[in-house]
Amino acid sequence: MKNWLKIVAVILLLYAHIAGLLLGVPRLNILNETIRCLYFHFPMWFVMTLMYSISLFYSIRYLRNPQLGTDHRAVEYANTGLAFSLLGLVTGMQWAKYTWGTYWVGDPRLNGAAITTLVYVAYFVLRGSVENQEQRSRLSAVYNIFAFAAMVPLIFIIPRLSSSLHPGAGGNPGFSSFDLDNKMRMVLYPGVIGWILMGLWIASLRVRIRTIEEKVNELDYAKN
Amino acid sequence: MQRISKLSLLALAMLLPSFTKAQEQAEMADVMRSDGKIYVVVAVILIVLIGLFVYLFTIDRKVTKLEKKLGK
Repeated sequence: MKNWLKIVAVILLLYAHIAGLLLGVPRLNILNETIRCLYFHFPMWFVMTLMYSISLFYSIRYLRNPQLGTDHRAVEYANTGLAFSLLGLVTGMQWAKYTWGTYWVGDPRLNGAAITTLVYVAYFVLRGSVENQEQRSRLSAVYNIFAFAAMVPLIFIIPRLSSSLHPGAGGNPGFSSFDLDNKMRMVLYPGVIGWILMGLWIASLRVRIRTIEEKVNELDYAKN
Repeated sequence: MQRISKLSLLALAMLLPSFTKAQEQAEMADVMRSDGKIYVVVAVILIVLIGLFVYLFTIDRKVTKLEKKLGK
């Protein structure tokens, strides 16, 4: 990742945090000041989706042309995606406690998100349970495709077909029910871009560390 | 007597808009903002955020160093 992109990530996130706390927001009952959670809760899911998509891309590429580096990328992007999805779940629960009165409601949106997280945890369990490197890479690449195919209906389709406390049910895209005004967009979108860059940065670091690890292993192997 | 009740009714009618207005206006942390205490929160969050960025940059530098070492 280019260095200037890292600087851009830093600037955008600093802006999103300052503006997210200080700029005006619509005065809505029940939500009150917690509407600001949107600035921090929503980008987590956005980054997660992007990370899982990149992971899927590398998994498909691995199946077409098996190379260790491609497999490393698939794993690490999925790993970063998982971290963001956990943050999304926890921030969502905290927000739900204050607006809905409980940490968890059993509606399709929340359960779908939880199931998706479990599906991706299973991806790592699968990887950990296969000794042979080629087998592990190939099996997990195939599984990753199924995991993504499960995520799309669980997060993007089923919740929109049913009613829910969570905004975005009943066919509405995302957060239109927040009456998201232009002032909020001016904070939310730069924040989303900042978090995306942050996610890409962390994932690229993890890929590089794994590559180093692999090289060290090779050197060890050559020594013995 | 009648006059008093009329007066109180008038007073009520005058007060009514302010009541409904209070209901329309959702409660926000306005006091915290006017106190300036919100800046304390902003400062604390920024310290955490900047700290994390510095940490990420150090990890990045370390990884680059290791890569160079292995590249030789």
